[in-house]
Amino acid sequence: MAIDTVTLAPQAPPGPLLAFWHAFRENRGAVVGLAVVAVIVLTAIFANVLAPHNPIEQFRGFSKMPPFWQEGSDPRFLLGTDALGRDMLSRIMYGARVSLFIGLSVMAVSMVFGIAFGLASAWFGGIIDVVIIRVMDLIMSIPGLVLAILIIAVIGPNLTNTIIAVTVVYLPRYVRLVRASALAELTRDYVTASKVAGVRPWRLMTVTVLPNCLAPLIVQAALGMSDAILEAAALGFLGLGAQPPTPEWGSMLADTRDLMSSHPWVMAFPGIAILITVLSINLVGDGLRDALDPRLRRS
Amino acid sequence: MIRFLLKRLALTLPTFFALMFVTFMLIRLVPGDPIEVRLGERGISPERHALLRKEMGLDQPIWKQFADYVWGLLQGDFGISTISKTPVIHEFLTLFPATIELAFCAMLFAIVLGVPAGVIAASKRGGVYDQSMMGLALTGYSMPIFWWGLMLILLMSNTLHLTPVSGRIDPIKFYFPQVTGFMLIDTLLSGQKGAFTDAVRHLILPTIVLGTIPLGVIARMTRSSMLEVLEEDYVRTARAKGLPVRRVIGLHALRNALIPVVTVIGLQTGTLLAGAVLTETIFAWPGVGKWLVESIGRRDYPALQGGIMLISMVVIIVNLIVELLYGLINPRIRHGH
Repeated sequence: MAIDTVTLAPQAPPGPLLAFWHAFRENRGAVVGLAVVAVIVLTAIFANVLAPHNPIEQFRGFSKMPPFWQEGSDPRFLLGTDALGRDMLSRIMYGARVSLFIGLSVMAVSMVFGIAFGLASAWFGGIIDVVIIRVMDLIMSIPGLVLAILIIAVIGPNLTNTIIAVTVVYLPRYVRLVRASALAELTRDYVTASKVAGVRPWRLMTVTVLPNCLAPLIVQAALGMSDAILEAAALGFLGLGAQPPTPEWGSMLADTRDLMSSHPWVMAFPGIAILITVLSINLVGDGLRDALDPRLRRS
Repeated sequence: MIRFLLKRLALTLPTFFALMFVTFMLIRLVPGDPIEVRLGERGISPERHALLRKEMGLDQPIWKQFADYVWGLLQGDFGISTISKTPVIHEFLTLFPATIELAFCAMLFAIVLGVPAGVIAASKRGGVYDQSMMGLALTGYSMPIFWWGLMLILLMSNTLHLTPVSGRIDPIKFYFPQVTGFMLIDTLLSGQKGAFTDAVRHLILPTIVLGTIPLGVIARMTRSSMLEVLEEDYVRTARAKGLPVRRVIGLHALRNALIPVVTVIGLQTGTLLAGAVLTETIFAWPGVGKWLVESIGRRDYPALQGGIMLISMVVIIVNLIVELLYGLINPRIRHGH
């Protein structure tokens, strides 16, 4: 089918998706990042198949085992075990689930509220605009981690509340972005034409205007996801995120601080997992920006 | 300029007011009995409970309570810590110099390394140096700094024994009165031999850890801003005149390229002052970030309330100053909307 199309219409410009892929492919780092993200996503999805052990099962007599390249290691525990005898490899694999779940949830919720508030702010203007923008300014005036800590202090530490807290912290970015691009689009001729043609406000905002605001929003979503993962891990590290025995990378790190000098690997692995995940998502985000922003693409 | 300044000031007032409201609500939203929550005592008798309720004004209508709270804040009353029983403002002011000192050093570290790295990367665009430098910058930007700090302690302190693990100074070897609260200045004033060096050694790791993310941000920002400026006509003219490349980049281009970088630096400073939470926790650095986290652990809600209020005020003020400076450098902002 694809071959037919090519032979029949060799002059036709590539479809938008293909054009996007060609632009994205130019950034080698982004492609590598995408590959790593794919591996992490697959690991997270199939953690129950891939992980050699249950992440919360404690193997008595096998605590603080070293990773496979060190002496005294056990082939059943490739990356060693933590102080309670839980398999590190399995915990890290399941941890990918937790972190990606947090990242995706924060992104999805922020997108929905960001688009809703941003469009409302741009369309209605007046008092609604002022209130929304003031609230967003307030959120941004409190440093991110401090605000998240404040919210957690009120609603209590657990996985859901981590998502809520991090979402609130990053929401202003989405709202301001949607509002700014929607305001710019509203002045364009095609919007005026649609208005004259009698398109209702709801349809005008969602079907006519919104798709034209998506490019920067997609980039923000990618970068926002990595920020969310990092922030959630920081909360976990402070003991204010997902609670034990959830295999969350940040809290895994905090659990192992006492073992730092005697068993450094227990501490090293969760951090490496966080760094690789966040870095590869950021690489993809950079690639998306280069591919979606024509201003930067020319260079 | 005066109009611009007044306008910006007027815009921050509602934010301040909303901030007061949020911190006021915080202590009322915390689950549990308000008296027990605020005093940290449990199982007090009903008579004492009623007395305390009256004393703390909790029997007043909520709008009156809020008005009293705002009135108190305006007079510098940020509440009393339930643990230390001292005014929150005093605790904050005692700890704040430590945070400023750390944030200042981290920022200096990030600028001194970040700006040249970005400039060189831009001038050698696409080359090996550019790519590896930007790879490193993105890595720094993606760094979970709590892990980074622990790894650095492991390497520099535990293995190589180069730097101390925690704190600001060795309290056994050195003792001197706190004059300014800034360890680097106090150690010099004390005149004790080796005290200053010891303070510097304590600062190295926290500075690197706290400076890592701003370093990544500044290097990336400098590079992209530099690339934009290098394509401007005046830069081409300068080159066509036959000026040496170093002069064109270092003098003509850098000056204009730095404008957006200065903004980023300013905005990052605000975040740093508060973002020191993780770094201070790892290095047992006695600053406001660590104090805030510990206040949660100790359920010291007045300290949390006052502390967040104070930190946010500092951030708002720093951001305001940055914006004013930006308006000063760039007239387009000032005369725009």
